[in-house]
Amino acid sequence: MSVGSGMAADRWQPTAASLPMMARQVAALFAVDPVGCGGVAIRSLATPGRDAWLQLLHDLLPEDTPVRRVPLHINDERLLGGLDLAATLQAGRPIAQKGVLTLADGGVVLMAMAERMSPATAARLAAVIDSGEVALEREGLASRHPTRFGVVALDEGLADDERMAPALLDRLSFMIDLHPVLPDPAVAAESEGMELPFRTTRADIVRARSLLAQIEVELDVVQALVAAALQLGVYSIRAPMQALRVARAAAALDGRICLIDEDVALAAALVLSPRATRMPTAEPPPEEDQPEEQEPADPPPEQPEEPPEPEEPPPPPEQPDEDAADPPDEEPEREPTMDDLAELVLAAAQAAIPPGLLAAMQLGLEQRARSNAAGRMGASKASQSRGRPRGARRGEPRAGSRLNVIETLRAAAPWQKLRQAEMARIAAVEVVTTRKRAAKKHTAPVARVQVRRDDFHVTRYQQRSATTTVFVVDASGSSALNRLAEAKGAVELLLADCYVRRDQVAVLSFRGRGAELLLPPTRSLVRAKRSLAGLPGGGGTPLASGIDAAAALGEQIARRGETPIVVLLTDGRGNVARDGSPGRARAAEDVDLAARQYRLANLSTLLIDTAPQPQPAAQALARMMGATYLPLPYAGSAALSRAVAQAGQAVAAAAVSR
Amino acid sequence: MSLNFPFSAIVGQDEMKLAILIAAVDPSVGGVLVFGDRGTGKSTAVRALAAMLPKMRAVTGCRYQCDPVSRGMVCESCAELKAAGGALKSHLISVPVVDLPLGATEDRVVGALDLERALSQGVKAFEPGLLARANRGFLYIDEVNLLEDHLVDLLIDVAASGENVVEREGLSVRHPARFVLVGSGNPEEGELRPQLLDRFGLSVEVKTPTDLASRVEVVRRRDQFERDSEGFSKKWKKEDERVRQSIVKGKQHLANVAVPDAALERAAQLCMVLGTDGLRGELTLIRAARSLAALQGDDAVGDEHLRRVAPPALRHRLRRNPLDDAGSTVRVDRAVAELFGG
Repeated sequence: MSVGSGMAADRWQPTAASLPMMARQVAALFAVDPVGCGGVAIRSLATPGRDAWLQLLHDLLPEDTPVRRVPLHINDERLLGGLDLAATLQAGRPIAQKGVLTLADGGVVLMAMAERMSPATAARLAAVIDSGEVALEREGLASRHPTRFGVVALDEGLADDERMAPALLDRLSFMIDLHPVLPDPAVAAESEGMELPFRTTRADIVRARSLLAQIEVELDVVQALVAAALQLGVYSIRAPMQALRVARAAAALDGRICLIDEDVALAAALVLSPRATRMPTAEPPPEEDQPEEQEPADPPPEQPEEPPEPEEPPPPPEQPDEDAADPPDEEPEREPTMDDLAELVLAAAQAAIPPGLLAAMQLGLEQRARSNAAGRMGASKASQSRGRPRGARRGEPRAGSRLNVIETLRAAAPWQKLRQAEMARIAAVEVVTTRKRAAKKHTAPVARVQVRRDDFHVTRYQQRSATTTVFVVDASGSSALNRLAEAKGAVELLLADCYVRRDQVAVLSFRGRGAELLLPPTRSLVRAKRSLAGLPGGGGTPLASGIDAAAALGEQIARRGETPIVVLLTDGRGNVARDGSPGRARAAEDVDLAARQYRLANLSTLLIDTAPQPQPAAQALARMMGATYLPLPYAGSAALSRAVAQAGQAVAAAAVSR
Repeated sequence: MSLNFPFSAIVGQDEMKLAILIAAVDPSVGGVLVFGDRGTGKSTAVRALAAMLPKMRAVTGCRYQCDPVSRGMVCESCAELKAAGGALKSHLISVPVVDLPLGATEDRVVGALDLERALSQGVKAFEPGLLARANRGFLYIDEVNLLEDHLVDLLIDVAASGENVVEREGLSVRHPARFVLVGSGNPEEGELRPQLLDRFGLSVEVKTPTDLASRVEVVRRRDQFERDSEGFSKKWKKEDERVRQSIVKGKQHLANVAVPDAALERAAQLCMVLGTDGLRGELTLIRAARSLAALQGDDAVGDEHLRRVAPPALRHRLRRNPLDDAGSTVRVDRAVAELFGG
C-alpha cells in the first residue's frame, strides 16, 4: 500500500496510534470475525490515516490471511472466474481460472473506490457473500466454489450523495469515517467507557477466534439490539444481526465466552449508530408503509418529500439532549426485565452518533427517494459507440457497434482444432466430388485462425447521458407583481451552474392563455439569458397548460436518451383552464389533473414557490407532481442552485446503476 | 453451502410463502416475482423451497428430465424412444431448483458446444445449459432487475414458448424448457421490463417487519441457524415435513378442485373493474385460486380463495391510472372489497 501524499501529510504520522479509538476497535473486531462481520466501509480519501488503518488490520490478521484488492472496473471473469484460455489451449481441455472472490476465501477483499462501484458488481458481491460460494456459469464452465471473506470497502466519496451501493453497504457491519479525523481527544472521549485492549495483537485475534463459536447469546441481548435498531430508525434487519455478531467478537476479543453489557453496548455504538436515521423519540416506531420517509419532527405521513434543508440549521442534531431526558419507554411489546440493557444499549448507540450525521442521512434518504422517482428512461443509456467500455457481449458488429477483436479471438481460440479438422474433412470430400471447385479452394489462402460469425463479440459501452434542465417560468400578472425579477435572478444563477456542468437548458413560460417554449434545449448560455431578460410579465395564470407543456418537453427529452430536470417557478395559483378560458374553479380542476398526469411522467422536478409567503397550494401541487418543494423566500440563490444540483446528481446516481 | 435455512422457519412473509407454495402445487400458475426490502429472506425462501418439493418421475438418462407419461413436448431422444414404442425407463428425481447467478454468460444459460469434448476429442456435442437443467422445475434469478438485457430477452422468449431453441456453432438443438420462473429483487435498483413482468404469474411485495417481536424472532432464528445449522434444521424438520405433505396432497387434489361458474364470473368481474390487460390476469387468478383450494384441501374455488390470491395475481398487471396514484396493492384491495363486500 503506497502512502499517499495526502492532505496535510505533515500533521500525520501514519501509525495506528494516531487513529481514533473507534477505528482501532473496528479493525480488531473485524479481524476476529471477518466473515461474520461482513466488512468495513471506510469513508476517506487515500490519506495516510486510511493507510494506517489498513496497516493495522494487516498486522492484526493472522499471517497467511489472503487479502485481495479488487479494482473498480473488474470484469466478471476476474471477479468470479472463467476459462483460463492459455492453459486450456495448452492442455487441450477446459481449465478454469479462479476469480478474485474465490481466491480470497478465508481472508479479506479490498474494494477500491467503492463509491463508484456499479450496483451490478455490488449485487454479484452480495450474492457471493450471502450464499458463501461463487456460482460460476460462464464460458462453458459450471462450478461452485465455496468462499467466505470479509469486505473492506474504500469509499472515497466526498459529497453526501456520493455513496457506495446500498446493497453492499447493507451487508457490512462497520462504517467508519476517517475524513475529518484529527488526532483526537474528542473522539477518544466519545468512546470512553467502552475500553478495548489498546495493544491488541495478532495472538489476541487468534485466541479470540477460537472462543467465538462457544459464545452463547441470551434472548434479552437480541431484544435489546433489535429494539435499539428500531428506535434509531435502522430498518434493515441485517443491522441487529451484525451487531449481535460484533458483540460476540467483542466478548471473544476480551477472552470471555459470555456476553456482558459492555459488549452489546459497543456493538450498538459501532454498528447501529452510523446507520441511525433518527434520534430515539418517545413515539412508537413509525408506520409500516414508508418507514424511511418519515422524519422525527413531522407527523403527517402523507408528505413524500421534504424540501432540502433551507438556511436554518437542520433540527435533528439539536434534539439529543431533550430526547435523552425523557426515557423511551412506550414500547408496548417490551418486557420490563430487559429495560435496563435496552436503555444502556440505546444510550451507547445514541452517544456514538456523530453530530451532523442525521442531517446528512436525511439528505441521503431524500435523494434516494428522488432517484426512485427520477429518470428511469434516459437516465442511463447503453450506447453502441460512446462512453465508458463496459465489457463485451456476443453479437455482430452491425449498426455502429464495434468489434472487440480480443474477445472475438478468445471466443474462437478453443475451437480451432475442431474447425481445422472439420475444414480438412470438407476439403477432402470436395476434392473427391468436384475437382474443379476443390482446386479453386486450394488457391485461396488457408486461414490460420478460423473465426466464425458465432465468435463475434462487440464492445458494450455505457454512456452517462446528458442532462437538460427545463425552466418553467410563471410569468403571469400575480407572479410578476410578486417576484418575477427575483425568479429571473435565481434562474440566471442556475444557468451559470448548468453551464459549468455542460448541461443543456430550455425555457418554457406560461402567461395569458397558454404556455410557450421560449428557448428549445440549447447549450448557449447567452441565448438563455436573453430569452429570460426579454420575458414579459402579466396576464392570467394558465398553470395547467404550463405543467402539460413541461411534461411534454420533459418526456421528449427523455425519449432522446437525455435526462430532464424540470424547475418550475410558480406561486401555484392557476386561474386559466387548459382551454384558455378564465375561471378559478375550472382552472384548479385542470391543474389537479395535469399534476397527476405529470407525476406519471416520472420527471425529476423542483418546484420553487415564488409567492412572498410559502403557499399551501404550491406545496400541495409539488406533492401531487412528485416534485421537491422549495419556497423562494427561503431559497437563497445558493440553496436554490444546490437543490437543482442535487436533483441532477440523484439522477446521475440512478444512471450509473444501469 | 450445505444446508439451507428451513422454509418453515422464515418469520412472517406469509404472502411470499403462500405464493411459492401455490406455484409449487400448480406450476402452470406461472412464475413468482418477489420484490421488496433488503434482508427480508427473499432468496432464503426460494433456496429453501428445493427441500420442500416432492420428488418427480423422469426418464432415466434424459438430459432434460422429461416426463415419462407426458403427452406434451419431450426432448428429441425421448420422442424417438417413444416413437420406437419402447417403454421409457424412469426414476424418481428431486425437482430441480436452478440458480441463474448474475454474471452467467449466454452460452451457459442456453447451452452450447461441449468445450471439453470439442477440445479433447474434436467432437461436436451439445452441452445443455441452465434452461435445460431447470426443465420441469424452478429457475431462480436473484436481483432479476440487474440481469443483463440480452439474457432477459432470452428468458422472455423461452418462458413464453416453453422451448429452448439453440442455433449456434453449427448446432441446431431444441429441447423443452418449461420452468417456473422465480425472481427476486429490490425495486430501488431498477424496474423490470413489462414483458418480463408479464411472465411472472404472481408478484409479491415483501417488507421488513417493523414490530419488535417478529424482528427479534428473525434475528434469533438466523443466529441459531448460523451457529448450529444442523441442529436448527432438525428442529424445524417436522414443520417442514408438514408443509411438504400439504404440497403433495395439494398436487394430488388439484385435479379434483371444481371451479364453479360463479367463481369464474367473480374473477372476470374483478379483472374488469381493475382493467387488467388481456386474459392472463383472469387465467392466473383462477389457477392460483384453484391451487390454493387444493393446498387447503377444499373441493371448490370460492370467494375466500379468490380474495387471497387476487393481490399477488393482479397487482403487477394494472395499468397506470392518471386519476389514481394509489399503489397497485391498494387498488386491488379496494376492488376486492367493493366486489366481495368489506
